[in-house]
Amino acid sequence: MAPDGDRPSLHVRARVVASHAFALDVAFDAPPGVTVLFGPSGSGKSTTLAAIAGLTRPAAGRIALGDEAWFDADARIDVAVHRRGVAYVFQSLALFPHMTAAENVAYGVSRALTPEARGERVRALLGRLRVAHLSTRRPATLSGGEAQRVALARALATEPRVVLLDEPLNALDRSLRRELAGELREALGQLGVPVVFVTHQSEEARALGERLVVLEAGRVTHVGTVRDVDDAP
Amino acid sequence: MDLAPLALSLQVAVLATLVAAIAGVGLATLLATARFPGRDLVDVLATAPMVLPPTVLGYYLLVALGRHAALGRAFEAVFGTPIVFTRVGAVVAASVGALPLVVKSSRAALEGVDATLVQAARTLGAAPARAFVTVQLPLAARGIVASLMLAFARSLGDFGITLMVAGDIPGETQTASLALYDAIQEHREAAALEMALTLTAVAIAILYGVGKLTARSARGA
Repeated sequence: MAPDGDRPSLHVRARVVASHAFALDVAFDAPPGVTVLFGPSGSGKSTTLAAIAGLTRPAAGRIALGDEAWFDADARIDVAVHRRGVAYVFQSLALFPHMTAAENVAYGVSRALTPEARGERVRALLGRLRVAHLSTRRPATLSGGEAQRVALARALATEPRVVLLDEPLNALDRSLRRELAGELREALGQLGVPVVFVTHQSEEARALGERLVVLEAGRVTHVGTVRDVDDAP
Repeated sequence: MDLAPLALSLQVAVLATLVAAIAGVGLATLLATARFPGRDLVDVLATAPMVLPPTVLGYYLLVALGRHAALGRAFEAVFGTPIVFTRVGAVVAASVGALPLVVKSSRAALEGVDATLVQAARTLGAAPARAFVTVQLPLAARGIVASLMLAFARSLGDFGITLMVAGDIPGETQTASLALYDAIQEHREAAALEMALTLTAVAIAILYGVGKLTARSARGA
């Protein structure tokens, strides 16, 4: 159940009926480390992340972190989004436009901490992602790469138990994407929690991942390592 | 120019906007964020004052809040004054007329906030109420303020509902619109013109302000 010391794996079995035309039916495990969810547009990658985070309610299945069920259709368990401990980096990044970079990051920091400790944690995260100098800037004034770094700092601020990334590098140009992929791999690797990284770019999959889950038309068609990515559709 | 009706109109409009803000933003929040049985009915009832003739609305309010109605009696027992044919009635009348503007515009502003931002707040550990107060509400604020400005303008100029519920008592319930009507009836053309121009200036100033606010909101400023 917990291959990496006592760090639990994420277990996903979910059927989501998104529309009359599309139903997702996936089953895979994500142990601590990066699992790349790879597939073409419309294959159900984002819907899978939404189900894990609790933003979409599956019609059937079970989603659990180790032995802790977050969703279980049979047992009628459906843990609320904010209690799952999931950090989600959205494709659009979804930075709060009315808050500064520092306020965005502070939003996810535990409110149990003292204001000083919260401030220290925000500064440390912004520094780690090399955007400390942007702390007072609003998202609208940030470049794509800067916004991506702030979004990642915000996601990590929650001390997540699972990290979900939905094509966060998509909007960036090729060279910046390559540079950030390396940084991302390092930052995510240090966490020691299951990370599910969604992409449809094989270069990104190879740069970031270890394990590979290939999704096609709402079904898992291959589970292996990122070296298999060139054989994927 | 007799400023008393204008002063009364301003007083009534401020109070009516306050009432419409509390009830209207509350209803808009419910309609924008919750799914419940009868939601469509609540939406229709909140919008109805926009399309019903003012006399019909006034009639319903008279029946519901009159001195022989349970609500009217209860209010009089607690506050020592009846609702109908008093300033309270004028505030109620203007509030009901303004309510749909607040509900419709505030709901649109709340629903116009990118749902992903609210979802992001939830994944960052915010319970639904915190996500609403810290993300959805501030991002909809300009739209809500614009709706309150429209409500104020609507309250300032109410005629039909006020006449039915509060009457046209000089010095007590005679608002600017009613004073203008009386001036016309009594062939006091100069007074009517002054009142009409004043009300028009206030209305246009408010519309200009709303336009500025919504334009800035659309630019995401």
